[in-house]
Amino acid sequence: MATLTDDSAFGADDRLTTADGKPLKAALARAEARAKRRAFFLVLPLFLFVLITFIVPIGQMLHRSVHNSGFTLHTDIGSKVQTPIMVNLRDWFDNNPRGTEPDEAAFEALAADLVVLREVKAAGQAGTRINYELSGTRSMFTKAARKAPKLEAPFAAAILDLDEDWADPELWAAMRDASSAYTMNFYLAAVDLTRDTDGFVAQVDEKRRLYKQLFVRTLLLSLLITGLTFVLAYPIAHMLATLPLRYSNLLMILVLLPFWTSLLVRTTSWMVLLQSQGVVNDALVGTGVLADDSRIQMMYNQTGTIIAMTHILLPFMVLPLYSVMRTINPSYVRAAKSLGATSWTAFRRIYFPLTVPGIGAGALLVFILAVGYYITPALVGGADGQLISNLIAFHMQKSLNWSLAAALAGLLLGGILILYWLYDRLIGIDNLKLG
Amino acid sequence: MALEIKWGDHVVNTSNEAAFVEFQRVQKSYDGETLVVKDLNLSMPKGEFLTMLGPSGSGKTTCLMMLAGFETATHGEIILDGQPINNIPPHKRGIGMVFQNYALFPHMTVAENLAFPLEVRGIDKSDREAKVQRALDMVELGAFGARRPAQLSGGQQQRVALARALVFEPELVLMDEPLGALDKQLREQMQFEITRLAHELGITTVYVTHDQTEALTMSDRVAVFEDGRIQQLAPPDQLYEEPENSFVAQFIGENNTLTGKLKSIDGGTCIVTLDSGEEIDAKPVNVERPGERTRISIRPERVEFDMKRLKKGSHTLKAEVKEFIYMGDIFRTRLSVAGNDNFIVKTRNAPNQVRLTPGTQIEIGWQPEDCRALDA
Repeated sequence: MATLTDDSAFGADDRLTTADGKPLKAALARAEARAKRRAFFLVLPLFLFVLITFIVPIGQMLHRSVHNSGFTLHTDIGSKVQTPIMVNLRDWFDNNPRGTEPDEAAFEALAADLVVLREVKAAGQAGTRINYELSGTRSMFTKAARKAPKLEAPFAAAILDLDEDWADPELWAAMRDASSAYTMNFYLAAVDLTRDTDGFVAQVDEKRRLYKQLFVRTLLLSLLITGLTFVLAYPIAHMLATLPLRYSNLLMILVLLPFWTSLLVRTTSWMVLLQSQGVVNDALVGTGVLADDSRIQMMYNQTGTIIAMTHILLPFMVLPLYSVMRTINPSYVRAAKSLGATSWTAFRRIYFPLTVPGIGAGALLVFILAVGYYITPALVGGADGQLISNLIAFHMQKSLNWSLAAALAGLLLGGILILYWLYDRLIGIDNLKLG
Repeated sequence: MALEIKWGDHVVNTSNEAAFVEFQRVQKSYDGETLVVKDLNLSMPKGEFLTMLGPSGSGKTTCLMMLAGFETATHGEIILDGQPINNIPPHKRGIGMVFQNYALFPHMTVAENLAFPLEVRGIDKSDREAKVQRALDMVELGAFGARRPAQLSGGQQQRVALARALVFEPELVLMDEPLGALDKQLREQMQFEITRLAHELGITTVYVTHDQTEALTMSDRVAVFEDGRIQQLAPPDQLYEEPENSFVAQFIGENNTLTGKLKSIDGGTCIVTLDSGEEIDAKPVNVERPGERTRISIRPERVEFDMKRLKKGSHTLKAEVKEFIYMGDIFRTRLSVAGNDNFIVKTRNAPNQVRLTPGTQIEIGWQPEDCRALDA
């Protein structure tokens, strides 16, 4: 390009300049600065909104999954005064390696910390934190803290006198882990792992394994639901795309109707239809297809989750497919047929490959929504139809183990990002067409 | 003369005059209320290049689609090579087709596009590659096999579409306004290339267009469509010089018309009293009885204003020059004749040609056989 430009437009170092000798790039930047500033101010509200409502909360959530100060810091609810707790015990842990039997010094430190817990009313909080790692320990802390002022040397004997379990090496391992606010233990717990008394990562007791199985179930159910929505949506989308506009608009309303109805209404109507005393079973029994004592269980199990979620997520598959199919010129299929392809070959070789961007978009959308779905499985899933998000909700609302909930959610987020990356590598994100 | 050209495995005999494609009383309606194609009868010998020409909505594309098998005839028979094809699905008809927007498969390379018809016919790979290469060379795109259609220019895409329609050696090729999207220069070049290929390979071609220049320059015969009927089916020169009705006269080429009544008819010539009261000679085409209303049609280049060249006793008309347009190779003069202000006269830019100045009063006339008295 330099050869085409007038010589006088060159600066000393061969950079392009304007007619009066200023660098061209600087002149361009100045000329466009106003427009850029204005554009920036226009997107600023959205940027701030996304930052405040999306990026910051997700960042906090991820932070919480590796950080829990329940055993290290107490914040008074009223005065906001922060008090470090378990200071003495932390010192002892720092000076004694993992596996050291708790000695008199250790119990003395514990007793001193229990006094502080009682003063700042933090025994419940500290106990809860240890309870996450070792259930049944919260009450030990509240009880011991209540009696802390009366404890006297030798502290080991005095504390063990309150509860034998204070000698449990697992408890001491748990307290050691909890004594630093930053920990990966919640992530370990989220995949059914724990640390043994020696600090090594180990599988949790077989009876208490839960999350890995639930992740797998969530993944499989989501894949199944994605597949089902694809099978159902493809013909509908094709029909919508090929019908004359006045008919396709009407059909589109029918497809979109679920969008305009409350999620709860839709889910409860499935309950009305599918429960064992519901419409479908009554009809089958009424027509004599089923005996009254062999009604099909379609609700409060995986079947219920699959049926209801497939229905609810169907529009998310139909719409991207439809928007891609509508842009496919019918002359492609005609051309294929005129070249000698049967209808099936024309579909397989020409039409289907052209719809792949829509399939990718729809499948990704449905899958990601399904993986994080909560209300429907909670209402119709029963015991074996629960998904990982139901467990996350449980830890958010019932057990109040927010760190574990955050770790589970973090794993879910990571998994989806990996799938997204895989999709990009295999199909290419450029091929994604949502509309 | 029997011309034999070897193309692939079959020998095409262009001297075969038996009908290869035949439409017999074909009618087509989409809604059951109106006929898009009304009673179409058409017969094409093998090797002919036939163009269906007409304004949009005249039924020409519908006819092509019925022949290709994408539309079914509501009534009548379409016969291909002696076989009625109404019930044969498009993929079994073995007809090559070039679409208006080319319809090249965007997810395949040029070579894959061309290999597609061979693949679905089960031709093995080495054969396929040879044929694809030959077809690409034929349209001078030998080096473009690995490209995607989107990486080609419009003209190149057009040629790929042509090659794809020809690669499986069909005996009949249909083209649906294939040059509509190209610019003028490319269009002219492609017109030549398509006719060259069609004649070299001896393919029977049905070509649909609304561009009359294309129809005239490319075809052996042109079928002018209007209102679901063929108005005239004739070779280009005959179509231009001997239009059978007003529509064809108006539609093909530039044409001056004047309306009037038939005064007298005498064998090959007649006298028409124009609405202005003047009288002029013409050749009766589809008028019979004196007193009938008629529309006379005369080509701009056949108008004479040198009265010495007319036969003795010829009628002439008074004209006023309205506008003189210099167009390089020709002069185009707009006259006001017998109440028609848009009467065009074209004269060749010859050394001693008169250049008429606007406002001049002149006298014009023509040879009776050049002016056709048609339906009103």
